[in-house]
Amino acid sequence: MRDYEGMSRKVNALARVGHPPKSPNRRRALQALAAGACLLLVRPAAATREQLDAALRETFGTRLMSRERVKLKLPLLAESGNVVPVTVSVDSPMTEVDHVTEIHLFAEKNNLPRVLSVQLGPWNGKAVVKSRIRLAESQQVLAVAVMNDGSLYSAVADVEVTTSSCG
Amino acid sequence: MKSRLGKARLRVPKKARRGDVIEIRVMVEHPMESGFRHDNVGKLVPRHIATDFYCRYNGREVFRAILHPAVSTNPYFSFYLVAQETGELVFSWADDRGGTVTETAQLTVS
Repeated sequence: MRDYEGMSRKVNALARVGHPPKSPNRRRALQALAAGACLLLVRPAAATREQLDAALRETFGTRLMSRERVKLKLPLLAESGNVVPVTVSVDSPMTEVDHVTEIHLFAEKNNLPRVLSVQLGPWNGKAVVKSRIRLAESQQVLAVAVMNDGSLYSAVADVEVTTSSCG
Repeated sequence: MKSRLGKARLRVPKKARRGDVIEIRVMVEHPMESGFRHDNVGKLVPRHIATDFYCRYNGREVFRAILHPAVSTNPYFSFYLVAQETGELVFSWADDRGGTVTETAQLTVS
């Protein structure tokens, strides 16, 4: 009996050394600290919805875009935000009278919302462009196609990013 | 600071029939340093990115890209082109430190 008691005292003592009692206050303080650190690391540089809107206004003015004709292919889940394969295809005959002139990619939660812009023409035969981009965090990516008559078409895709990049 | 624009790699078919839509794949070696990354002592790594890429087919520009820091290291592009006549494809990249690299490929159209 005595031995057992002695042992349990020792175990308790060890437990106290290894894990000091956690008060709810301390836990909350630590959580707040961790959250703060995350905010400091990610927040200041990340673009905002306003920055994206500003970039869109700058590029397209007040022209309206409709959510059709563009297909944006991105992985649902990106293992690494550093290299995310992207395919943009636009449903267009690519003829002299009806073709895509520009394709723009935007990522609203990257440090800079602009990602990539390309210029195409009827000589391309089909409006399909592939590349590899960086995504700073899980977010929605926007692709906008400009047609030769000035009309705009767009598509969005959500990507879950496991390891972020500093794009 | 010196440009770190490296070698270009092209994947262009050598032969095509007139009217064929061929796929062109290109990549260039470039660190694409975004300017938002910190090194292991916490210092911000200065931005160094490739900014422009174009492809000319017998002198006519057929593809152009404007790159921002969110394009991955070693920028890669795939695009399509209608084979019209035998000729030369010129691919050229430029970066923000004055570096340029140009590669050419021959396309025979029958």
